[in-house]
Parts: sequence; structure tokens; C-alpha cells
Amino acid sequence: MDRKHILVALVQDRPGVLNRIASMLRRRNFNIESIAVGHIEQPGLSRMTIVVEGDDANIEQVRKQLDKVIEVIRIADITGESPVAREMAMIKVKATPSTRSEIIQIVDIFRANIVDVAPDSLILVVTGTSDKVDTLIELLRGFGIREMSRTGTIALPRGGPGPLTIEENKPLRNVVEQAAPEEENLPDW
Amino acid sequence: MIKTGAEILCECLIKEGVEVIFGFPGGVLLPLYDTIPRYPQLRHILVRHEQGAAHAADAYARVTGKMGVCLATSGPGATNLVTGIANAYLDSVPLLAITGQVPTHFIGKDAFQEIDITGITVPITKYNQLVLDINDLAKAVREASYVAQVGRPGPVLLDIPRDVFQARIEFNYSDKVDLPGFKPKLFGHPAQIKKAADLVNSAERPVIIAGHGINISKAFPELKELAENAQIPVVTTFLGIGCFPESHVLSYGWLGMHGMGYANKAVHNADLLLAVGMRFDDRATGGVSTFAPHARVVHIDVDAAEIGKNIAVDVPIVGDLRNVLQVLNKQIERREHIGWLSQLDEWRSQHPAMEIRHHEDILPQYIIRQIHEATRGDTIIVTGVGQAQMWAAQYFYYDRPNSFVSSGGLGTMGFELPGAIGAKVGCPQETVWCIAGDGGFQMTVQELATMVQEDLDINIAVFNNGWLGMVRQWQELIYNKRYFGTQLYNPDFVKIAEAYGIKGVKVSKKIDVRPAIHKAMEHKGPFLIEFIVEPEENVYPFVPPGKTIVEFLEMPNPAASVKK
Repeated sequence: MDRKHILVALVQDRPGVLNRIASMLRRRNFNIESIAVGHIEQPGLSRMTIVVEGDDANIEQVRKQLDKVIEVIRIADITGESPVAREMAMIKVKATPSTRSEIIQIVDIFRANIVDVAPDSLILVVTGTSDKVDTLIELLRGFGIREMSRTGTIALPRGGPGPLTIEENKPLRNVVEQAAPEEENLPDW
Repeated sequence: MIKTGAEILCECLIKEGVEVIFGFPGGVLLPLYDTIPRYPQLRHILVRHEQGAAHAADAYARVTGKMGVCLATSGPGATNLVTGIANAYLDSVPLLAITGQVPTHFIGKDAFQEIDITGITVPITKYNQLVLDINDLAKAVREASYVAQVGRPGPVLLDIPRDVFQARIEFNYSDKVDLPGFKPKLFGHPAQIKKAADLVNSAERPVIIAGHGINISKAFPELKELAENAQIPVVTTFLGIGCFPESHVLSYGWLGMHGMGYANKAVHNADLLLAVGMRFDDRATGGVSTFAPHARVVHIDVDAAEIGKNIAVDVPIVGDLRNVLQVLNKQIERREHIGWLSQLDEWRSQHPAMEIRHHEDILPQYIIRQIHEATRGDTIIVTGVGQAQMWAAQYFYYDRPNSFVSSGGLGTMGFELPGAIGAKVGCPQETVWCIAGDGGFQMTVQELATMVQEDLDINIAVFNNGWLGMVRQWQELIYNKRYFGTQLYNPDFVKIAEAYGIKGVKVSKKIDVRPAIHKAMEHKGPFLIEFIVEPEENVYPFVPPGKTIVEFLEMPNPAASVKK
């Protein structure tokens, strides 16, 4: 059954990383909904959040193919960990004196913010799950959306250390094994 | 010591064990070509087209097990490498492609012969890098070479601007590799190997499918031990040909679209498939939904992403085959699958391979058999792509690893001539036969000059049937003989050889086949035989696309066939 998955990846900040990942996703015909990239607390590293739709086998392929990209240091599917997932959108909506107050009401309900007011339009900023942002956009469509921009989802797993947490005593190193690993603390493979 | 970028590149290549570079010069490579002669450890072989450089380096890597290196200038030189790099990518060949680039201050300005080759090769390389700073050069070479060879091998590309070749720095070599994201798993999970062993020990109709991975990890003794201890029949993939001796009593040929009928039947009826170092390519599996319907599947590969990609797998094991098989072999019980093996033998007698029908003219299969007899199988066969390739795979017994060199995944016509060059350079003591169709031969015919210039003792067999035979065969069998775009006007291939200074003979009578083959082998230096063969001979068996692998068409009119 197809459903949306959120994959997060720790990647090296090197030229061409985004191109390499985008190229792989395109050529293998994966159904990508959004990709968001930004720096993290460690210099030289970025975190990528990829929302992809597909069945389990499909998502497993996406995960493995991404893991194969040399610049991808770690990758995890955090869908099952009920992560906190948010995206941001900026929407410039037409606002006449007669519609303005109605728009402001909607903005309040969605806990969005108005960040710019012009005689005939408003720019509002909303943060939330993709569904929430979709719903707001649908409501505003009737007033006339002039321009909009969405960031794509970013997500963190709740609670303690997540799959991408870099622990201070475990620096990132090459992990080409020299001998068979101990049986415990092994992943499924 | 203060060194230039060109010197650093040469020294790093030597540190990586590189001995041969297949290359073609150009404007931005001049500083490097001014430097290479000062490093006599590096043999430069001048090709006539950059595609030839990539294929030659590819074949060199396949026969030696070492990384092949090809070198091309910026722009068209670099783009000409693309087919060869893609070929190496699909067949997992460790290949280092080095391209010159316009000077850094011109990059992005659409300068003369500037092209974004790192961008172009992203989908067909394991790793690539535009080296903008001479301080990164040595590290880039080290990393590229490491990535190309460790884990599942593959091509890598380094794009080096002219001014980086010319810049100078104080050079200190370091063999450190800092690639935190490169994490090949070389040892299989013990619990998974245990599961696999349990399946093998309880299977009634097991089959091993051995692929190119056995060649890559050199797991030949381990594979043999596994097969012999548990008496499991071995079927190879097309690229796995030779990884298990074909004369071995447990060898049941290779599977797939043109594979042996009994190999396909074995796989189809198996209750356990032990897939080692292969990737379930569609040419091997035929229709995927009906592939091996009764089989549990154990899939062992060093590339986790190959597992579960095309075929659902019961027991996945990620690791280097040698390591995994060594552990697995310890847990395998001695078995005898007498009933199963005799069933396979029965299929083998029902669908004999190597049969050649009676014919007065020269059949291509006959030539391959004669080459086998003349060489006693002790030769490296390098093929192009198409019918001649399939016959070379079918009608020759391959008992040695890496004695069959062929473009599998990409199916690159034109691989044969430069491939033979790479094989001969890599194994100068071996006899090399280049099996070419009349179509593919003309795609890289200019490399004849390379052979002469390097005085390479290569035997070339050109199968002249006047058609692009494989496509013609499909037009005949699937498109109701609507032949279009497949009939060839051919030159006189012997005269072409002569023009390059290569001795040759044209053979159009069956009786002349054997003497010509012997003449070629006795001759020192390249020798070409143009065989005028039966024009409309088809490759059988043939699994039409999308069909299950047991729905193969066999040579019609078997009454006229004789077992050779």
C-alpha cells in the first residue's frame, strides 16, 4: 500500500551533493513529494528531509539507494517514530476591504501570522503539518492567491537521541569493517 | 618537495598501483602529457577515440582484477568517455576516468571545450569530483581509487582543470581516506547466514545462481566448496560465465534470454535459489512475476540496494561473497540431491546446448567451436554485443574465471576491439580472441591502429552476415519479418585490416575455417579473419521478452540437427 514516508539523512556538505541525490531519485523514478536541506549544529554537515510516497518495498529501495550515495553519512526512515513534522508556507493573498477581516479570522484560527500588509493584499506565514498548510491554502484559494512559497517538510523524532544524533564520543569515521562485527548491536542486515 | 599538479597526479597513480593509462591527449591535458614521460612506470597507450580508452581500461580491469585508468581531454574528449563509463557502471568494473577541464577561471563561462562532465556522469559513476584546488588533488585520487575498488566496484571520475595540473605545492603524500559516508558492509550478518544455511540444509531442489560478484571477490574456491559439499547445481549469469568451471559435473550453464534451456528449467523448478553476486537483471529473469515460483530466495551481495530491488528475497545477506561463503560453508551439511540432479541431467539431454545443425556454409556457432578446439579453451574471449556475443557465450566452454569478457548490462556494441586491447595489455601472456559482428566491429574499428602501434598479438574474428543480426532476428520472430534498418552494406574487412597494416584472410568455405584460425594464432601481431557466415542464422534458445524463462523457443527443425 502506498503511503507517505519521511526519510531523514545526514549528508556531507560537498559540491554536487544535492545534484547527486536529486539525480538518483529522478532516474530511479521515485515519487518524491518534497526535499528540504539545511545546515546542522556540526560544521560540514547538512540534514536532508525527504518526503516520499510508495509501498514498503519502494521506500526500502529509496532508503538503500540514498544510503549508497557516498556523501550520505546516515539515513533513517522516521515515519514509524511519530516524528514532529512541520513545514512553513508564505502566502500572498488578495485582500479587499470587504474580505480582509474574514481572512484575518482564518489566519487566527490557523495560528498563522500576517507579516506584510499592502492596500490590496496580505502576506501571511503559516507553520504546521503539510495537511494543515494544505487546508489553509484551500480556504484562501477563494480570495485569490497571488503568490506562494512552501519549504517542504522538516522533521525530528520525539524524545531521546534519534537515528541521526551525533554522539560526542562517537565521531564520524569511515566504517569499512576490518573484521566480522559482534553479533549484538547489528542492524537487520 | 615542491611538485606540480601533473606530477602529483602521476605519483598518486603509481601509489595506487596503476601501470597502464589508456588515453587521448588534448589542449588542457598538455601539462600532464608533458609530465607522464618522466614516469616510465606509467605506460601510456594512445587510443584513437576516447570511448576506446574507457572500454580498454574496463576490459583491462576485468582480466587483471586491478583498477583500469582512462584519460581524456575536456569537452568532446570527456563526453566520448561516457559510453565507456556507463558500461563499467552497469557491469561493476573498477575504472578511474580522468578528464582534463578548462582552467578554473574559465569554468562556467562556456569556454572552448568546456563541458560539465561531473554533472553528466553523476548517474553513471560511483563517485566523481571536480578538483578545483591542487591541495585536494592527492586526496581526490586516493578517495576515487578507494571508492572504485572497495565494496561493489564501479567507475569514478576526476575532472582536473588545466591550471591545477600546472600549480605547484609542497607535496606530502597521505594514504588516509576520509569518507564517513562510504560504508560498504563486507561481512555478512551471522544470524542471516545461519538462516541461509538452514534453508540450504533442508532444500530438496536447490540451485546456485553465481554472478559476476564471484569474479570480483575471487570467491572461486568458496563457491566450488559450497556446490560440491552440498551437491548443489550451479547456474551462472551471463557475466558470471567462467566463475565456476563449465566442465564441472555440477555446472548447468547460464540462465536467461539466450541461456541454456536446462539452466532456465533448473531455476524455474528450484525450491531454493542461492543467488550469489548477481542482481536479477531482466535478461536473466525473464518475466519477473513468474520467475522461480516455487523457490525461497537467499540473496548474497555486497550491495544492499540490489537485494529486494527486482525480486522479493527471503534471506538477504549483505557482505563480500568470500567472507560470507567462508562462514556459510562451515554450516553446510553434506548432501546428495540425486533425484534433483538426475532431473537436471534429463532436461539437459532434452535441451542440449552446443548443438550445431548440418549446414554446408559456415555457421557462426561452428566458428566458435573451432576456436575452442584450436585454443583448447585456453584463451580470453572478448566479444561485442549481439548474436556473435551470444554464440561466443554458448558454444565455448569457459573453465577459467575472467576468460570471457563481454559487455553485459549496457550491451555496448563496439566494446570488442578496444576490449580486446585492454585484455591483451592486461594479460600479455594469454591468447586473446576478439569476437566481432560486422556491425559492432565498425563502431570502434579505428582501434585497429592502436593494436598495430602497440604491436598487440590479438586474433580478430569478424562474423560477416550482412545484418545487424540480433535486431534482424527480433524483426523476424517478433515483427513478422518486417526487416528495416538492419541490412548492412559492408566494406571488405580484410582490405580494411590491410590498410591498417594488419594481416587478414577472408574465409567463406567451411573447410577453410580451421586453417585460418590456426594461421591467426601462429601469426605474431594482430590478425583478422573475416568469416562470411550464414546470413539469417538465429540465436537459440530465445525467451521472448516478458515471457517466463522456461517459455524458450528452440532451434526449429531439430531433426536436421546433430550433436557436435
